[in-house]
Amino acid sequence: MSGDISPKPRKRCAIHPSIVRLTHWINAAAMIVMVMSGWQIYNAHPIFDFRFPAWMTLGGWLAGAIAWHFAAMWVLAVNLLVYLAYGLFSGHFRRDLLPITPAGVWRDVKAALAFRLPHALGHYNAVQRLLYAGVIALILLAVASGLAIWKPVQFQTLVWLMGGFDFARVVHFFAMAGIVGFFVVHILLVLIVPKTLAPMILGGTVPDAEATP
Amino acid sequence: MSILRPQRPTLDDLKPELADIERRLFLRGSLSLGALTLLTGCNLVEGNSVDKALMAMSHWNDKVQAWLFDPNKLAQTYSRADITTPFPFNAFYPESRAPAVDGGTYRLEVSGLVADRKSWTIEELRALPQESQITRHICVEGWSAVGEWSGVRFSTFLDRIGADRRARYVGFKCADGYYSSIDMATALHPQTILALDFGDDPLPRKYGYPMKLRVPTKLGFKNPKHIGALFVTNDNPGGYWEDQGYNWFSGS
Repeated sequence: MSGDISPKPRKRCAIHPSIVRLTHWINAAAMIVMVMSGWQIYNAHPIFDFRFPAWMTLGGWLAGAIAWHFAAMWVLAVNLLVYLAYGLFSGHFRRDLLPITPAGVWRDVKAALAFRLPHALGHYNAVQRLLYAGVIALILLAVASGLAIWKPVQFQTLVWLMGGFDFARVVHFFAMAGIVGFFVVHILLVLIVPKTLAPMILGGTVPDAEATP
Repeated sequence: MSILRPQRPTLDDLKPELADIERRLFLRGSLSLGALTLLTGCNLVEGNSVDKALMAMSHWNDKVQAWLFDPNKLAQTYSRADITTPFPFNAFYPESRAPAVDGGTYRLEVSGLVADRKSWTIEELRALPQESQITRHICVEGWSAVGEWSGVRFSTFLDRIGADRRARYVGFKCADGYYSSIDMATALHPQTILALDFGDDPLPRKYGYPMKLRVPTKLGFKNPKHIGALFVTNDNPGGYWEDQGYNWFSGS
């Protein structure tokens, strides 16, 4: 389907393997908790000239938000490790996310803006590859900057890499903003191409031919 | 107790302790709960099972942080040029309500698992070896500020009073009704000091006169000010914010 030659035959023709679906939804839930509790934590001492409205936040007050944030971080981290291990060792990343070439992205962005980008189930186009690889990088950046803020003495090298304690908070904020931006685009695209939703829940089957509707 | 909603202790809850501390330290001033009323917020979720799960995770995080804590790892130190001026005031009451402790009659009371329970005057504390540090105070709210504190290395003091170094906790009671506690490993950390000076001068009232605990390896609220009594124990003494749901270990 994707044109490459897999060394081993596909056992099943699921569009999304069960482990990808499971980690996707666990990540979605954990990330929503992290972001909403993070907004409440941000509100305790905003770094920019605004606060998040209370109804968008989780935890009720700073202590509750921290409790949510530092509980969900374990779900996020363990789930992320499972996903990364799977992605690296199964060939999922190499097969489905790479390569990401500027020419490919440019071609597919133009096609997407013209609403002519084919959305073939079971195969990521270049824009999808860029977005998915990008959000994985942003999550890793959020984890790294979060660790620097959480343990600035124990992880001093990380703090240094983040440009100091105060700047680590800014990095953490923009990693969040990028993830939320991805979330918005991701949901919009699912609304535009709703046939992609069922396979992410049920697995789906890869169509035999290129002839996707 | 719900950590999803700020607990609002009534004055009656605190009265016995307050009276006790006021009697011992001859305080003027009183406890303000005004700041607490600012802390109300809306809750998306209410329920004991959620609370219990979050508290269980918080206790798990205490264990993880104790494991991550490296007793030999020093917090970054700064130069005098990096000091934040003015250093922010922070407490559960406004600055005008900071307790005015009489240094002349002040005694630091010592109790619990120690060999010598004699109390200490400021002069006796100043007679012990003094050391300085310029470190970053990081608040749980997210802001941070660099300050210079000087005083007695806490491990030196614990040795002087014959504290049981195998005990698990050191608790602190303060002249403003505040209380907190730290783990023994942190108490023995070389940068944990009983601070008597801020910059070149004795701690001003707003920063915790006559003595505060300076712990650069913990968040700001684990640095109690106006300490009137400390005790060594194996039962976790909790703390003013910790008992309302803030993570107990709160290490940096």
